[in-house]
Amino acid sequence: METKNILLVGVGGQGTITAAKLLTCGLMASGYDVKMSEIHGMSQRGGSVSSQVRYGSNVQSPVIEAGTADIIVAFEKMEAMRYINYLKQDGKVIVNDKEIWPMPVIIGKEKYHPDIIGELKKLADVTVMNASKLAVDLGNEKVTNVILLGAIIKAMGLDHIDWDKIIQDNVKEKFVKLNQIAIRKGMDLIQP
Amino acid sequence: MKKLFTGNEAAARGAWEAGVKFAAAYPGTPSTEILENLALYKEVQTEWAPNEKVAVESVAGASIAGVRSLACMKHVGLNVAADPMFTFAYLGVNAGSVILTADEPGMFSSQNEQDNRHYARAAKLPMFEPSDSQETKDMMVAAFDLSEKYDVPVLFRMTTRVDHSKSIVTCEARKNIQDKPYKKDIPKYCPMPAFTGKMQEKLYQNLEKTKDFSNHCKWNYIEDNHKSLGVIASGVAFRYAKEVFGDNASYLKVGFSHPLPMDLIKEFSQKVDTIYVLEENDPIMETEIRASGIACVGKDKFPQRGELLPERIRMAAFGKSKETIKPNLETIVGRPPALCAGCPHRGFFYELSKLKDTMIFSDIGCYTLGALAPYNATDACICMGASISGGHGVAQAFKIKHEKKHVVSVIGDSTFFHSGITSLLDATYNKSSYLTVILDNRITGMTGHQQNPGSGYDLKGNKAPISDIEQICRAINVKNIRTVNPNHLDEMKDALEWGIHCQGPSVIITRWPCALKRLSSEDKEEFPDVFTQKYHVETEKCVGCKKCIDTGCPALEFSRVQDGKMNIIDSCVGCGVCSQVCPVNAIVKG
Repeated sequence: METKNILLVGVGGQGTITAAKLLTCGLMASGYDVKMSEIHGMSQRGGSVSSQVRYGSNVQSPVIEAGTADIIVAFEKMEAMRYINYLKQDGKVIVNDKEIWPMPVIIGKEKYHPDIIGELKKLADVTVMNASKLAVDLGNEKVTNVILLGAIIKAMGLDHIDWDKIIQDNVKEKFVKLNQIAIRKGMDLIQP
Repeated sequence: MKKLFTGNEAAARGAWEAGVKFAAAYPGTPSTEILENLALYKEVQTEWAPNEKVAVESVAGASIAGVRSLACMKHVGLNVAADPMFTFAYLGVNAGSVILTADEPGMFSSQNEQDNRHYARAAKLPMFEPSDSQETKDMMVAAFDLSEKYDVPVLFRMTTRVDHSKSIVTCEARKNIQDKPYKKDIPKYCPMPAFTGKMQEKLYQNLEKTKDFSNHCKWNYIEDNHKSLGVIASGVAFRYAKEVFGDNASYLKVGFSHPLPMDLIKEFSQKVDTIYVLEENDPIMETEIRASGIACVGKDKFPQRGELLPERIRMAAFGKSKETIKPNLETIVGRPPALCAGCPHRGFFYELSKLKDTMIFSDIGCYTLGALAPYNATDACICMGASISGGHGVAQAFKIKHEKKHVVSVIGDSTFFHSGITSLLDATYNKSSYLTVILDNRITGMTGHQQNPGSGYDLKGNKAPISDIEQICRAINVKNIRTVNPNHLDEMKDALEWGIHCQGPSVIITRWPCALKRLSSEDKEEFPDVFTQKYHVETEKCVGCKKCIDTGCPALEFSRVQDGKMNIIDSCVGCGVCSQVCPVNAIVKG
């Protein structure tokens, strides 16, 4: 099969890496060849972060080439725009309606654009969700990433994989239930 | 057993399978996680060394004494360790020894980009270059065998993408490697003029023998496809090339890259019409291939600087990349990295940046960010430890020029242990007069919280003796020393004023834990009120002057909740720096 490309983007500390890790575990368990790439280091400190996941029958490069991502999932909405050049022409974008101000905005040097989602919709097929709020409703904002993971899974047609088991095997016991609910919540947000 | 491993996890696994018993490293992105993962295997003595030179020396010692040993570092770390490495090459090994360098094409978290494949040529050492996690693990095992077979330490070059990307690895059992007996052998281990000639002869001869290995080992192989184009590639560039050219090219994959498999390259050149050489950074293979009379296309077509990503290869090869969607750039604001909410460097930089007529020489760590807005404090920065010795040079030059400027050197605790101590010795010995500030946040912060000689714990989490920074400074003749809490701005300001006006070298130690540190029991005892209560803005009092924003804290926002007013978001950990800056006392605890 042709290699599929999933790009997860966000701001350091939002849990993109954890979501990507669960995703790759599920893909590997169901027999795909998988590669994943991420950048650590100084960029972590409030910087823009990305995790790139590629799967198929034989994956060579660990990085996604610009213009070839099947889906971009943005944990923060400005990050969707920053990485939009990675999306293929008919790719999908899932955006978490969450705004995290970068330092130039905090110190008043720049403005956060008031309608990034409107601008994104001019460019691509965009699904907006408020995963951060849903996570708070579930009792812990930290599961925002797993709700978004659920959305990825549904959008990429990966719901045949036993995600309950993947969560059970990879998440601390006291968080297993919550994460299982969160992933289902995310799947339900995507229309078939 | 199959596992999804990063290259770093695979390197650790490979070293373990190869029977390694001793490993040392200084943390540095992108290499840090190798030792952290190797430390999980109980059979291996793993250690954070104070710096890379020390790590390689201890690893050489372990090899001489008879156990397999590994040293890991980031690319610039090998500059620090180059001295022992070049002569370790002359000695050769007893038990196998590998020196791993993690290069950073693209400079994601580094001060420069350098291609450490040059070191293999300069030191006459064999080199492996894996392209993914499986190869990393397998080559690591092979590198130890090769090291013993040819009596030479082996270099192992990884790059950020190989270190930090994950792919599937088939794990195997640990090999049962017998320790080597130690035997005194002066001509082998003592490089003095009477013996160095013979040692050099042996090194050259062994390098010659590894040429045969290079031409016949499984790491260097030809993949025949189309004959119109042949790609010679090493490291992750091979994976990128396969992504771009697929079956439309033949390949010569180079995994053992020094010495190059020249016979194999000649054979390949006769099979294909045009040769592309794809290697990240410098034209090293290309230069040697051209020198042997084989025509090829290399850096004349493909970029030398940065990563050789698939889109860059495609652009260079075909003149166009994949069609991409163009972002609306007006909606994007950069996200420069910032000191975290609660970072103990914040109060320090807030006060430091207010000093007039001061030249500030900084160092390598999170506090390098003191060069950015809103502090714009730092004047210069070079490498680990250079703040103090660089500051000494600046102070001497100002004195020679009769220029009345203060000098402040800024260095972290781990960086001070790494190579700041000898620099401070330079300052006291040569009677310099300037201020050094040692930012002791009780951990190695930037690389993700590794223990160091001052933190009280070792790599395995066992208690370790604490090297007291103040006592070290006193022992090397610093007379003026103060230790302060950097979150208390008055105390910080007083100390800085005192420090820059001292006669002779002065030292301020700021002592407060990193906001992200998992606190030890000793930390909890020493800092009982640390990060216990968040702050909030009393909106009716806030006048919207934005003075608090000058502290550069990412937990502050202006006009987000209410127009013209500040608010504090959940990431606040309660350092209290902003509340001391507020002129109307609108920022309060709770």
